Order: sequence, then structure tokens, then C-alpha cells
Amino acid sequence: MSVPIRKFDAVIVGAGGAGLRAAIQLSEAGLRTAVLSKVFPTRSHTVAAQGGVAASLGNSEEDHWHWHMYDTIKGSDWLGDQDAIEFMCRKANEVVIELEHYGMPFDRTDSGKIYQRPFGGHMSNFGEKPVRRSCAAADRTGHAMLHAMYQRNVKANTQFFIEWMALDLIRDDAGDVVGVTAMEMESGEVYIFHAKAVLFATGGAGRIYYSSTNAFINTGDGAGMAARAGVPLEDMEFWQFHPTGVAGAGVLITEGVRGEGGILRNADGERFMERYAPNAKDLASRDVVSRAMVTEINEGRGCGPNKDHVMLDITHLDPATIMKRLPGIREIGIQFAGVDAIKEPLPVVPTCHYQMGGIPTNYHGEVVMPKNGNPSEPVPGFYAAGECACASVHGANRLGTNSLLDLLVFGKSSGESMVEFIKTQPAAHKPLPANAADYSLSRLNRLETQTGGTAVGATRLAMQRTMQAHCGVFRFKHMLEEGVSKITEIEQQVASTEIKDKSKVFNTARLEALELDNLIEVAKATMVSANARTESRGAHVRDDAIDSPEFPDGRDDANWLKHTLWYREGNKLDYKPVNMKPLTVDTIALKKRAY
Amino acid sequence: MDSANDQQVSPGRLLWHCRRGLLELDLILQRFIEHHLESLTTDQRAELFELLHYDDITLLAIVSGREQCEETRLKGMVDLLRAA
Ligand SMILES: Cc1cc2nc3c(=O)[nH]c(=O)nc-3n(C[C@H](O)[C@H](O)[C@H](O)COP(=O)(O)OP(=O)(O)OC[C@H]3O[C@@H](n4cnc5c(N)ncnc54)[C@H](O)[C@@H]3O)c2cc1C
Repeated sequence: MSVPIRKFDAVIVGAGGAGLRAAIQLSEAGLRTAVLSKVFPTRSHTVAAQGGVAASLGNSEEDHWHWHMYDTIKGSDWLGDQDAIEFMCRKANEVVIELEHYGMPFDRTDSGKIYQRPFGGHMSNFGEKPVRRSCAAADRTGHAMLHAMYQRNVKANTQFFIEWMALDLIRDDAGDVVGVTAMEMESGEVYIFHAKAVLFATGGAGRIYYSSTNAFINTGDGAGMAARAGVPLEDMEFWQFHPTGVAGAGVLITEGVRGEGGILRNADGERFMERYAPNAKDLASRDVVSRAMVTEINEGRGCGPNKDHVMLDITHLDPATIMKRLPGIREIGIQFAGVDAIKEPLPVVPTCHYQMGGIPTNYHGEVVMPKNGNPSEPVPGFYAAGECACASVHGANRLGTNSLLDLLVFGKSSGESMVEFIKTQPAAHKPLPANAADYSLSRLNRLETQTGGTAVGATRLAMQRTMQAHCGVFRFKHMLEEGVSKITEIEQQVASTEIKDKSKVFNTARLEALELDNLIEVAKATMVSANARTESRGAHVRDDAIDSPEFPDGRDDANWLKHTLWYREGNKLDYKPVNMKPLTVDTIALKKRAY
Repeated sequence: MDSANDQQVSPGRLLWHCRRGLLELDLILQRFIEHHLESLTTDQRAELFELLHYDDITLLAIVSGREQCEETRLKGMVDLLRAA
């Protein structure tokens, strides 16, 4: 079947912070650049970011990129690549100031400099005391960032394809990337986007979990497309959880609520944190609180008919204090839990927040995979940046505000690398392989003709519940093992999803089925990688790898200081070394991660 | 991007425009659509569609009652959303 072809120098899939930043680089270099997005660019999930973006500007007090680098490596529990981390931290000031020049309305100090506030894990002088490193635009940093960069792209003539969904990566016989297939939602038609270089900036896949702070759109499409095209996914066992998301909804409840005196209680009404952290109690660190919550639930002391959450109680606080110090909390309770937090406790559960792993790249934004004995050989023509990519700067655990920085730094560096690569290419595009769209068309045809299949919503829910129960914030050997077989069963169901609505125009049932094809790849990668990693590190915490003199916090550097690579083909795992060599400074040596 | 003046807003397009960058809006809009989409008149659909053109931060503030919608024409739809 013949499929219409559109030709560009560069094609970017994703118009969040990472995609928009890369597009500026390409369009301003005069290259014909297409940006595809499922939704209008400023509705990308980056809009949700409030906390800010990290840069050691030193506007409020002394700061240094080397300190930021140290914090990031320590935060990553030494799984981050030290070359990429040095690169990111050194570039931070430059990209933040560029963003200011694009029109980003950062908060300012009295003297007119960018105002900086403290954020968890960011310290001065190699871990000594908290430092003010986060640059924000009130509580709408992500929103302001998207607007500033979208406008800049419009000026630079970036061509946007809005409400287009990329379906599959196109690789030629040599394995080089030469384009993508995509569906125009308005018509339901499939097109080929033929390009000299392709960037994936499709964001995270937080919707693999039942409880997630991520918007519905975060379905891991880039990771799914890469996996189907034979590219491995790196470190997918590492997901950051937030202890208090509203049960069933996922909406975040800030740590501030416990700071103001909020108490966690189990089904017996017991303040259980007293048993787990006698001193800090409800204010213990995120991971300690999350683990305690899961233990209560697993041991049958969870609340509600399914005993699947605990309660966050602020009913003992003075209503006036609640209204003054925690104004948003009442609104969240009423809207998303149906309870008035002044009168009744709120149901909460540890909630998936951020994907540390992703499509493997180097700090140039080039996608890399093992080939001919080189663990990190670039895939010609293929780039990735943002939450869908793994550079790897976040390693086993991301520091807050480092993600927006990641978008800017690696959005820019991947854009620069693409400009350089395209310059070295002949004027004519590399030819498309024969029948380049066949794979996508066959997937669509399968959906069209499937009978007696499974429902998309129910299958997605089964996957989400399995991930939450078997591969959540606190992991158990037997649960992981069982999880691998369960997720394999669910994969079979995903392969036979059936949609009743076969219409062409804006068929959301079809779109959701296609998204589920991507989610399941990420879910498998996560479960299989987590089951294999028999240590605890950063956000991956196992009950059978606990703190001991030999393995502090359960971390086993002798065997597990390495990146996981998961291949879709045969659910196969491979590993590659962590890059412990920074670009110019000395290695930040291994240490126990203690705060 | 499609304009708010489109004669007919197809249910699919409306549904897709309820996909947002903020989870809070996804949840509120999904709940609303599940209960009300069928019963909305053509005019109401157009109003909802127009409302969905607001950026996420503003739309959430409007449906949560923290901000008023400057388009008084859309007040009826805003009230429906707030009540959902
Ligand atoms: C509630 C919340 C608060 C946060 N706060 C902060 C913070 O304060 N600081 C910080 O540093 N980080 C924060 N984060 C994390 C940070 O917001 C994200 O990691 C980051 O915004 C991801 O940006 P991105 O550009 O990679 O992807 P996104 O912004 O998610 O954009 C993805 C883009 O890809 C497009 N897309 C996806 N699939 C396809 C497809 N198949 N076809 C076409 N287009 C597609 C989408 O339409 C979208 O345009 C927060 C996260 C959450 C959930």
C-alpha cells in the first residue's frame, strides 16, 4: 500500500521541554525541522513542573557546578554516568540564561538577578549544607518554559504537526534511522516522515503504574517505538515514587502537609511511623515513609475495602491553620478523594512520579547501543532527550529540579549533534527501506480485524495493578518473580486488544490501544530488569537486599555497579559499565549515600 | 489548530482535547465527559471545546473556582464542570 511521504531534514517526536529545546537548535541553524506532538505543545506534561530548574548560578549564595555534580552523583546512588553529569552541571548556567533570553519570566532578586530557592538534595561544598540552586517562575516554571520555547520555535519557522501520533521508528538495512511513521488524528491516515535525523522527546511512561502523578498522556511511546525497533531500554527498574499521592487518583500531596503536622495512620488508626522511625516519625525521608506505608498495606493493615492505602490525617490541626498554610489541600481532597480534609483523613498511597531509565544515549544526545564489542555505539540518525532518554544523569534516583535541567541541556546538545550530523550527510536523504510503513500498517490492520479480543481499558488496568503490586516502591523477590509471569500473560492480552469503534476521525479508542502497545513494553522492561537486579540501589529497594556491613543499604557495587539493558526480543538482559570518569575532574568516589 | 468556531465538534476531537498536561485536569474532565458527554447539546459541545483552548494552569484555576472565566458566555459550561 502506498503511504504519503513528507520529507524533512530533522523530525522531532515530542513538543515538551526537551523537544522544543532541540527544535530551536535545528530551526535556527536553518534546517527544515518538523515537530510532531500528540497534543498542543504547551499541553505537554512539562507544564506540571512547579519546583524549578537547577543551576549553580550562585545568585543567592556561593555555589559551584562541581558541588552540583557531586550532589547529582550521590543522588543517583553512583549509577549516573559521571561524564554526562559533569556535562549537564557545567552547562546549566548557560542554558538557564539562554532560556531567560527566550523570555522566561524567572522570579528575581531585588537586584534583578534570577532568584534561587533551596530544593532537596542540592547542597553546597560537597554535601555540607543545603544551597539555593533552583530557579523558578512562581509555581508555573514548566508552563512558562513551554511558552517561551514554543514562541521561539514559531519565530524560527519550526513546522509543528499537532495532534499527530508517531507509531514506529523506521530503520534501514544497516540499522540507521531514516524516519518515523505517524498518524494524523484528524483523518486517521498514516504518513511516513522521512528524515536525515530523528529525535525522540516523548516524555515518561508513568502511566504503567496504577497510582501515578503523571498525566494520561505519559504512555512511553518513544520507549515503545525504540524497543520494537530493536533498541534496548536502559535502567528501567528505577522509578521515583512520591509517598503521598491521593489513592486512586495519583494527585500529589506535598511533603509540606506532614511538615505542618499531618499524621499517617493505618486501618487501626495507629500512627504507624512511630514504629518505623521513632524520632523523625512522619517526617522521615521519602523512601523510609513509602516503605513503611507499603509494609502496613502488605501486612493487612491498609484502609478501605481493598485495604490498599493508608490515611493522611490532618483533622487534629486547627482549620484556620490548614486554610492558611495548606490552602490547596482541601481542594485536592474534595476534588479527588471526595473528602474534606478538615473533617476526615485523606487516603494516600506511594505514587509513581518519574522514570529514571529510558532510551540509552551519550551526553551528545546520540542513541547508543552495544555493537561489535563497543557497549555504546551510536545508532546513526537516532537521538533522544528528556524523560524518555537515559543519558544517564539520574542513575538510580533523580534529584528534584534536575529533570527540567536535563531537558534543556540534552535538548540543546542533541539538537547540536543533529545539526552536525546532517551537515555531514549527502544532500539527498538516505533511501527509505522498501515498504517502510508496513509494520505500522500491520499493527493497525490487526486492530481493525481483531475479533473476540480483550478490552483496552481493562487490560491497561490489569497491567497497572500488576506493576503497582509487584514492582512498586518496595520490592519482594517472590512478588517480582510472580510479576514477570503475570506481565507476560498481560502482554498476550495486549497483543489481542479489540476496539469496537472503527471510525477514522479522532478515534480515541484506537489511539489508546496504540498507547497500550507502548506502555506494555515499558512495563515488561521494568519488571524484568527489577527482578534481575538483586541489590538495592537508589529507588530500587528490595526486601531481600537490606543494610549490612558488607552491603550498606543493600547496595552491591562489586556485582551491580552497572547499567541494565533490556531487549524486547526474548525479554533479554544485558549490562554495560557505568562511566565513572568525568570529563575534566576526578572521579567522585563510591560512598554510602547518607544524608 | 482547529478553531473554536468549527460548526460541529466531533466527540472524538472533544475527548482528545480533554487530554491535558496536568493530571488534575485529566481526572476532572474525564469524570465530566463520562457523565455528561452524551447529554450535551451541539452548542454546549462547542462551548466546552472553546473552554478547552485555555492553557492548563488557567483552566484548572477556572474549574476549581479560583479564577473566573473572562468569557461570560462560557459561564454555564464552567458551572457544569465545577459541579461535576
Ligand atoms: C507533578 C510533577 C511535577 C514535576 N516538577 C518538576 C520540577 O519542579 N522540576 C523538574 O526538574 N522536574 C519536575 N518534574 C519532572 C518533569 O516535569 C518531567 O520529567 C519533564 O517535564 C519531561 O519533559 P519531556 O520534554 O521529556 O516530556 P513531556 O513534557 O512529557 O513531553 C512529551 C511530548 O511528547 C509528545 N509525544 C509523546 N508521544 C508521542 C507520539 N507517539 N507521537 C507524537 N508526540 C508524542 C507529547 O505530545 C509531548 O509533547 C515533575 C513531574 C511531575 C509529574
